[in-house]
Amino acid sequence: MATETHGAEAAAEGSSLVFHPMDQFIVKPLFGHGDVGMFTITNVTLWLALAILAIFVMMVLGTSRRAVVPGRSQSVAELAYGFVHKMVEDVTGKDGLKYFPYIMTLFMFIVTANFLGLIPMSFTTTSHFAVTVVLALAVFLTVTILGFVKNGASFLGLFWVSSAPLALRPILAIIELISYFVRPVSHSIRLAGNVMAGHAVIKVFAGFAAIAAISPISVLAITAMYGLEVLVAFIQAYVFTILTCVYLKDALHPHH
Amino acid sequence: MATETHGAENAAAAASACVDSHGSAVGMPQLCGEWIGNQVFWLVITLVVIYLILAKIALPRIASVLAERQGTITNDIAAAEELKRKAEESEAAYQQALADARAQAQAIAQKTRDDIKADLDAEMAKADEAISAKAAESEKAISAIRASAMENVEIVAKETAAALVAALGGKADDAKIANAVSNRLKG
Repeated sequence: MATETHGAEAAAEGSSLVFHPMDQFIVKPLFGHGDVGMFTITNVTLWLALAILAIFVMMVLGTSRRAVVPGRSQSVAELAYGFVHKMVEDVTGKDGLKYFPYIMTLFMFIVTANFLGLIPMSFTTTSHFAVTVVLALAVFLTVTILGFVKNGASFLGLFWVSSAPLALRPILAIIELISYFVRPVSHSIRLAGNVMAGHAVIKVFAGFAAIAAISPISVLAITAMYGLEVLVAFIQAYVFTILTCVYLKDALHPHH
Repeated sequence: MATETHGAENAAAAASACVDSHGSAVGMPQLCGEWIGNQVFWLVITLVVIYLILAKIALPRIASVLAERQGTITNDIAAAEELKRKAEESEAAYQQALADARAQAQAIAQKTRDDIKADLDAEMAKADEAISAKAAESEKAISAIRASAMENVEIVAKETAAALVAALGGKADDAKIANAVSNRLKG
């Protein structure tokens, strides 16, 4: 184990090509050195706090004038509000609007964290499965409990496809059940995987920039990847949110 | 195992199985179990704070602003509708007044014309009357003048006849001459 890493280090130092694409994801204490305990203030804490700060500035300070004719910052806040509000209403219907603040919280957190992660040298909180799994599990548990509370046992009708032929229904029920329990897995890995992969690829291209001959191509590639990552940052937040809405709709109206 | 701890002792920073002695990641940091508790703890706090910020301050505020804007727009449209209706009303009233005025003017003009015509007719009749009276008077005067002229002619004729008779050496009786002239003039 130790010799392996040692050998890799030696090789890396020898060729001047140093790839550490995953180092950007390391969690480390913000002050001093030592173990990362549960309550240690780490770079995770810093970037989560910055996300809170960004959301506060955008949604609270930006709307503090309460202008009937909005300024620039208020327009952004209203745009975010309208975007998520319309999404919740379109997907889950009017009765889903009760849960709009929760979905707005998810969307604002993910989109802000994703974009903060695009700042060079920053730490991307949404690239960690620990973060996205918590989000996805929260959605999964909430939706499942809500489904049973709202519909009782008839929530299980979600798995019983009554429009299919009777013989197929048990098989479909198994498939539906599996797909239901895979939801939190795909929900969380999709977000973290996309963000992590993009950031790692940018780091790999950055490693190539050390070679003078390839560096122009490397810089171009980084630029292109960055553009793609900007899209991914928004699209993954959108996908996560709209899937949450879809799951919520299943809980509120479980029948196909 | 022994070499691992040895490496950890060498590097002051390295303190976990997820980071090697140079501070680089070992494998995927995402799968490092040591950090999960820390991340989850701070994440939950973050989500609660964001939820409170949004649900207690930002979202009600934006909702009220949007509702207010919707209300303002609705009111403005209603007011505009009202003003438009009023404008249409006043235009109709104006047109009505214009038409009335025109009709009245026409009536006044007609009445004036009629009055003038009546006056004119009356004056004309009076003038005609006066003219015919004058003409009759003149006729009388002319006939009087003519009669007096005939009389004068008779007198002149009698005087001339008397003078002629005297010039011819006769001695004429005035009465006879007068008679003779009268007869001649009649005859």
